[in-house]
Amino acid sequence: MKRKDEMPNRFLPREKHSHPLAYFPDYKSSIKRSPQKELLKFPTTPSEESGPVFSPSIIGELDNNLILNHADDGKSAIGQRLLVFGTVRDQHGRPIPDTLIEVWQANAGGRYRHKNETYLAALDPNFGGCGRMMTDANGNYEFHTIMPGAYPWPNGPNSWRPAHIHFSLFGEAFAQRLITQMYFEGDPLIGLCPIVAAIQDEKAVERLIAPLVMEKTVPMDCLAYRFDVVLRGREQTLFENRPEGL
Amino acid sequence: MKKNTLLEETASQTAGPYVHIGCVPNFAGLQTVTKTDLGNSLNIDAFGGQEITIQGKVYDGDGASVLDALIEIWQADGFGIYPRGNTDIAMPSNAYTGWGRCASNLETGEFIFKTIKPGKVIFNQDQYQAPHITFWIVARGINIGLQTRMYFAEEAEANKTDPVLSSIKDQSRVQTLIAEKTSNGNYRFDIHLQGAQETIFFDF
Repeated sequence: MKRKDEMPNRFLPREKHSHPLAYFPDYKSSIKRSPQKELLKFPTTPSEESGPVFSPSIIGELDNNLILNHADDGKSAIGQRLLVFGTVRDQHGRPIPDTLIEVWQANAGGRYRHKNETYLAALDPNFGGCGRMMTDANGNYEFHTIMPGAYPWPNGPNSWRPAHIHFSLFGEAFAQRLITQMYFEGDPLIGLCPIVAAIQDEKAVERLIAPLVMEKTVPMDCLAYRFDVVLRGREQTLFENRPEGL
Repeated sequence: MKKNTLLEETASQTAGPYVHIGCVPNFAGLQTVTKTDLGNSLNIDAFGGQEITIQGKVYDGDGASVLDALIEIWQADGFGIYPRGNTDIAMPSNAYTGWGRCASNLETGEFIFKTIKPGKVIFNQDQYQAPHITFWIVARGINIGLQTRMYFAEEAEANKTDPVLSSIKDQSRVQTLIAEKTSNGNYRFDIHLQGAQETIFFDF
């Protein structure tokens, strides 16, 4: 049996205030799909402190280029060309290297390529809306895509989702598993969206809104937006916690 | 004394109805990034443990099957070891992965995993956890991924001393975490998001 000092540290409890309410009636789908009983709180065990590891060999050359990865030869997706980039860290600010990120989004007209999708906006034959990548040794990632369109959805009589990109992240342990959405600076629909409003903490909402970063834009090519992600951290060992000077 | 300041977590948001595009693109009819969906197979042949099949559905508060859920499992091998172990070496593509992903069937809501029965997993230096499989469920309407565990009815002794199961105050709800054995090697594990049979979800 492993000795205690070989066991990985537990994860810090999830910060409730940083996450959306499970039951948020303004977002109608949550009414019948949110647990009504309190979640059972339990410290993480080795089952949550471990997680799947993916080999970089699963990533294809165009997986992180949504402008090209569904396009015919010589063609590209229609829309405002973007570079989306950022760093994945834990709560201690440590970068998380070699972790898988999956992204998906609507096309420039706000239409998803999905059989359940009924919005009248046109499909773009050269856009699929799916991408993936691994963070590098410093926790950084980037991908090229087009600005997704806003779209109407059947929540209220006239509900519109702000432009967004879905992100799925694995981190280094199953305790860190996260799906979220990135929004774009300056979008007036963010403040009107009940999916966003399910997050009660304004600061937590702000962290989902990617700013335009002029220094990373590519002249005559694409705009750039930064979306940094923070996943749960582990409890610090006594040694790491020791105040300086001791 | 220097205070340890922590960064705040990035908020969860719903996976939405089109989660398939990003997580199981082939299921969504997209061959853009991959020919087979990640998590489609746990490579159980590489381990050679006791093969099992787990089938189930996710039900909403009206008792209707959720047709757009995405379910992931994470589990130890037959010896109770998680595939990554203590190393940082990426899993070779032919190794048992311990991780599976399945979208509910768009018409029936049924999900299915072919895997192996996990062994007991270490809890601390004195104690083991009963064999169990971690489930993680996302869908439209689920604002933050729901985590639960599936345990095995035939492991009654181990279940009795399992540290997680025995911490549950309302023991009448424990049965929501125990899979039904439908035949040898076949289990049924339905997940109820609400209602009288609401599954126990964990905040680990």
